[in-house]
Amino acid sequence: MIMQAQSTEIATQTRAIVEGLKGLEGPLLPILHEIQEEFGYVPQESLPVIADELNLSNAEVHGVVTFYHDYRRQPAGRHVLKLCQAEACQSMGSDAVADRIKRLLGIGFHETTLDGAVTLEPVYCLGLCACAPAAMLDGEVIGSIDENVIDEIVAEVRK
Amino acid sequence: MTTTIYIPKDAAALALGAEKVATAVTAEIAARGLDAKIVRNGTRGMVWLETLVEVVTSQGRVAYGPVKAADVASLFDAGFLAGGAHRLSLGRVEDLPFFAKQTRLTFERCGVIDPLSLEDYRAHGGLRGLEKAVAITPADIVKTVTDSGLRGRGGAGFPTGIKWKTVHDTVADRKYIVCNADEGDSATFADRMIMEGDPFVLIEGMAIAGIATGATKGFVYIRSEYPHAIVTMTRAVEIARAAGILGAAVMGSPNAFDIEIRSGAGAYVCGEETSLLNSLEGKRGVVRAKPPLPAIEGLFGKPTVINNVISLASVPVIMDKGAEHYRDFGMGRSRGTIPVQLAGNIKHGGLFEVAFGITLGELINDIGGGTASGRPVKAVQVGGPLGAYFPASMFDTPFDYEAFAAKDGLIGHAGITVFDDTADMLKMARFAMEFCAIESCGKCTPCRIGSARGVETLDKVAAGIEPQKNLELVTDLCNTMKFGSLCALGGFTPYPVMSALTHFPEDFAPRPVAEAAE
Repeated sequence: MIMQAQSTEIATQTRAIVEGLKGLEGPLLPILHEIQEEFGYVPQESLPVIADELNLSNAEVHGVVTFYHDYRRQPAGRHVLKLCQAEACQSMGSDAVADRIKRLLGIGFHETTLDGAVTLEPVYCLGLCACAPAAMLDGEVIGSIDENVIDEIVAEVRK
Repeated sequence: MTTTIYIPKDAAALALGAEKVATAVTAEIAARGLDAKIVRNGTRGMVWLETLVEVVTSQGRVAYGPVKAADVASLFDAGFLAGGAHRLSLGRVEDLPFFAKQTRLTFERCGVIDPLSLEDYRAHGGLRGLEKAVAITPADIVKTVTDSGLRGRGGAGFPTGIKWKTVHDTVADRKYIVCNADEGDSATFADRMIMEGDPFVLIEGMAIAGIATGATKGFVYIRSEYPHAIVTMTRAVEIARAAGILGAAVMGSPNAFDIEIRSGAGAYVCGEETSLLNSLEGKRGVVRAKPPLPAIEGLFGKPTVINNVISLASVPVIMDKGAEHYRDFGMGRSRGTIPVQLAGNIKHGGLFEVAFGITLGELINDIGGGTASGRPVKAVQVGGPLGAYFPASMFDTPFDYEAFAAKDGLIGHAGITVFDDTADMLKMARFAMEFCAIESCGKCTPCRIGSARGVETLDKVAAGIEPQKNLELVTDLCNTMKFGSLCALGGFTPYPVMSALTHFPEDFAPRPVAEAAE
């Protein structure tokens, strides 16, 4: 029953979001961004509602959601830590930074700690290539990461 | 008199603690009861000096950096509001060699002004280009841009004026200007810097493009990894609309033009223009076959100018100062200036806008000061993940589209990643294939499957399994990808792979494998 109520709630909220944005030219990405903003991920229950409202097939909406790295299919941890793994960061030791953080948190990329504290993800370039290695923690940018910064980051997400 | 303090709000400065510095400065001003105000500017582009704090004094704008929050109290103690000496004193910004050696045309205002102040923008020459554009015919605008020799700064180097002319000449009920701000290449941050530091110049450039081609609607597609740029651009568009720069009557002229900011969703391939158009339309960011060219059938099937941020941001200065002024900089068929981005393992990293023709060696050694680690340079990758790796022996190559092409390289978006001698080029070649496999849109086989096979084959080379045979296979695979892929992702991945193999063969030689413990 609770599950039922939740999915009705999601459908209702999704419909409201779609109604507000469907007037845009090419509204699907803005809608998905807004849904992820609202729920923290793109719930499966949202997809048929979007398809119905935009006159698309379920397959088309599913295809778009799964194409883009940004859209989550399940909720993330309370914190999201993105570590840049692109070339400029690699040249400054991003591999070692990632290894150390993975070890300290006990998780790999695309994983969430068991206590739900943090989700770890790779990112390919934050445009902070002149102050590498770089990361983004909950939308805040961090540059020139060294061991001290790693300890600060880990302490922050463990709070 | 109120003293003005500039503290950057650029993402790179924020990543290095600018927000904490600003908070500390605010607190000190209040605690000491001083008459001073803080302006949050963009970055000057000298990232190793961030947070670069500037104070307006009788000698000009005097800089201090790199400032940490813990330094702030001592700066006030040293009387920095009057330009007092401090161990972080740098003197006037304009006198710093890294800055003085540049030719700043596109980035003239970046880091100088308050990014969201239209008064600042106007006071520093903003909107003059658009004022001139509304006074002449669209065909004359297109001619000016063509005569300037401006080529697409996104990577392909296609002449901007010719693209505009095609859209201008195509009859349609609706046309679009799309700004490609999906700056996904590692080592590049010029687009981000201009959007965060001087957003109105991009808006002005897009409005000029709209008037020149008859387009009434513009989109800026910004990658989601740039949340700060999205916020600044969104706000700037609102301000421009309220001031009549955008809207039904651009600058009071009969031309209508408006802009919408859109966020990407983390797909590198959407930097490719046709997949970006699909993404804007709400589809999977899959590459489209060309023809038809976007200039004829682009966004929603309508004629569309799709230009990179820097291409569009260079247009206002061209309109303002004339095609000749811009064209007089540069060499050969590469005219004007290029914002070179020095990144990775480099001592003085940042953005260096300079006329084409400067050599790679000057940029890395003289301007960039060599590696940050102090070790010898082993390789530089120019042009992002799809650019070639050059060894130090090729540092005499001038920055010029054709000169790079002649050496099997590309300028791309002019980002340079420096690697010291600890770099493993086999690993970098493998990463190029891996990145292509992760980001491939999947439409064409050479890219989708070639990249996955490339990773496997290079892993075999690393494991010492028939290295000679497998390297031949990699070479053959690269050839197929280069000539058989639909777009630059699959088509250019062979550049880093083959250049690593060609210039650093020793890294691909069989290596002693660590024995297992048992």
